[in-house]
Amino acid sequence: MNEIYNRLNEVFREVFDDDSITVNAETTAADIEDWDSLTHIQLIAAVEDEFGVKFSMKQVSSMKNVGEMAQILADAQ
Amino acid sequence: MDDIRESTVNPAVALAYPFEAGELLRTRRKLKKALLADGRERVEKKIAILGGSTTNDIADMLELFLLAEGIRPVFYQSEYAKYWEDAMFGCPALTSFAPDVIYIHTTFRNLGPFLPLPNDSAEAVEGRLAEAERHFSEMWEKLSAAFACPIVQNNFEYPFYRLYGNRDATDIHGQTNFVNRLNARFQLAAANTKHLYIHDLNYTASCYGLDRWTDQSVWYMYKYAMALEAIPSLAHQVASIIKSIFGRNKKVLALDMDNTLWGGVVGDDGPEGLELGEETPNGQAYLEFQRYIKRQKDIGVLLTVCSKNDPENALAGLRHPDSALSPEDFQVIRANWEPKDRNIAETARILNLLTDSVVFADDNPAERHIVASSLPSTAVPEMEGVENYIRILDRNAYFEVTSLSADDLRRNEMYKENALREAERQSFADYSDYLRSLDMQGEILPFSQTYMQRIAQLTNKSNQFNLTTKRYTAAEIEAVAASPTHITLYGRLTDRFGDNGVVAVVIGEIRGCELHIDLWLMSCRVLKRDMEYAMLDTLVETAVSRGITKLIGYYYPTAKNGMVRELYADFGFTKVADNDGSTVWELETAGYQKKNRFITVNGGTK
Repeated sequence: MNEIYNRLNEVFREVFDDDSITVNAETTAADIEDWDSLTHIQLIAAVEDEFGVKFSMKQVSSMKNVGEMAQILADAQ
Repeated sequence: MDDIRESTVNPAVALAYPFEAGELLRTRRKLKKALLADGRERVEKKIAILGGSTTNDIADMLELFLLAEGIRPVFYQSEYAKYWEDAMFGCPALTSFAPDVIYIHTTFRNLGPFLPLPNDSAEAVEGRLAEAERHFSEMWEKLSAAFACPIVQNNFEYPFYRLYGNRDATDIHGQTNFVNRLNARFQLAAANTKHLYIHDLNYTASCYGLDRWTDQSVWYMYKYAMALEAIPSLAHQVASIIKSIFGRNKKVLALDMDNTLWGGVVGDDGPEGLELGEETPNGQAYLEFQRYIKRQKDIGVLLTVCSKNDPENALAGLRHPDSALSPEDFQVIRANWEPKDRNIAETARILNLLTDSVVFADDNPAERHIVASSLPSTAVPEMEGVENYIRILDRNAYFEVTSLSADDLRRNEMYKENALREAERQSFADYSDYLRSLDMQGEILPFSQTYMQRIAQLTNKSNQFNLTTKRYTAAEIEAVAASPTHITLYGRLTDRFGDNGVVAVVIGEIRGCELHIDLWLMSCRVLKRDMEYAMLDTLVETAVSRGITKLIGYYYPTAKNGMVRELYADFGFTKVADNDGSTVWELETAGYQKKNRFITVNGGTK
């Protein structure tokens, strides 16, 4: 799980071009300034690319925070 | 980890086919920073994207590909799916944006209202087809009238399901059938509509793979009409059309020989030992590649050789009985043991071009690395595996054809004529005697319809002999040509070796008794022929006939136009201002002495 968070951190920093970002299970769009509907699309695509997975529509629309995203990734491994 | 990633972002690799789409989308910000920090000069172009679906990531990717081509885009994006409203009813934001090019991004998803229904009569289906075509052609007309700029329009990809199975393509009620017929109509429209360029989305999607392209989840969730990972492929094609419109195509294909044009090493194996021809799979692949190269030459690409070989071996290889190419197909043959980057630079110098006009094709990664690192503006595709050569060159769209002028088809001949002139020049001790021997005929006249496209092309690709480097679209060229307050001149130069075509352009704006020279450029193919003097003589003559007493010239320095810094001084102008190297010059027309001694202008006297 730790490794998943490390990789997620890297993806977040890349997508938002901000090396000060550190995500945890509770992180949501409200915590990151540039996280809007447009960057959300980029973020999902970047996470999919990093982990070599494809989220289902149901998964994308039900994710409430980074923790839920990490759990889906952990289950997929 | 971050540091490693930072240092490994390489735009030249990331933005060349084949794309790592996921990586490209993820690293877009770093790539953009890297491109903007490379010190290259770029021309700004305003691009209006009128979308029938979400376009944000498309704009991001377009930006990267255009930056890589020397264009710095500024975007206007229509409100979500409001392409038709923007075009038909106008929009103040779009009007004040004043686009240089409009890209209408529409896809199969936008055909919904027009698609045939199972119970439609044949007439009803025809009606729907005509209605769909009109939906678009009316937009092109409106936009053309309002902005007079190039319009890039997608045709349509195939639907992601087929109600009638295979019959979908043949039955008039099939969506596949409808797309095929509408695309055929777009093709006709493009041939008959000025400034309309069709992006063949259907082909782009096919190359990508229709199942992967039509990722429905991103449509339902984000209203993207194709998979996110497909966006780089789409944007690259659209960017290729745009850079081609603005004269940013490559011009030269510099080819290695051994294991690039044939299998084997001619110096070791001898011409008879090379793999080339129908006998082996490898031989077939090399032959087909040679045929492809030869066709490129036929449509205006300049071929050169850049090979580590003795010259006699190189020629022996090109005279192989099964070779599609022959030594005569090449403008320059550099077969020697010098480093290849030096040979590429020398090739460009001989052709009077810059190294950014060159594509270097070599199977050897070490050679590619040397050229790519010492000549960063030269394109160096990853030529890996002869079976992939054609696709790698083709998909990179280095020579994207948006217009095919008579000049393009004659280009190789013209360069050959230049080589003959050069040989002739060397036989004269006195340069004036050489110029006299050329028997030069100039045609110097106001812009005319025949040459509008060529003139616009020149304003976009001339960098060296260009005083202001002001760029014009074809529509802007037509506007100044029709303007009563402008003087326009084009110069075409012919000599006993052949026709150089239109090679010089001047645009001046009349303000009272003054003529302000907004543009003065000349193609480097006619340097040192005194064509600039013939242009000046005619400009002064025309100006005087319009009551002008003073010419005002401007020089704006760029990284490339140092050769004309003192042109106006040479013309006899007086420098009146100097702002950090940007200079202003004046010339009284009274008492002007003609300068041209060697060119017969408009059939009259020298």
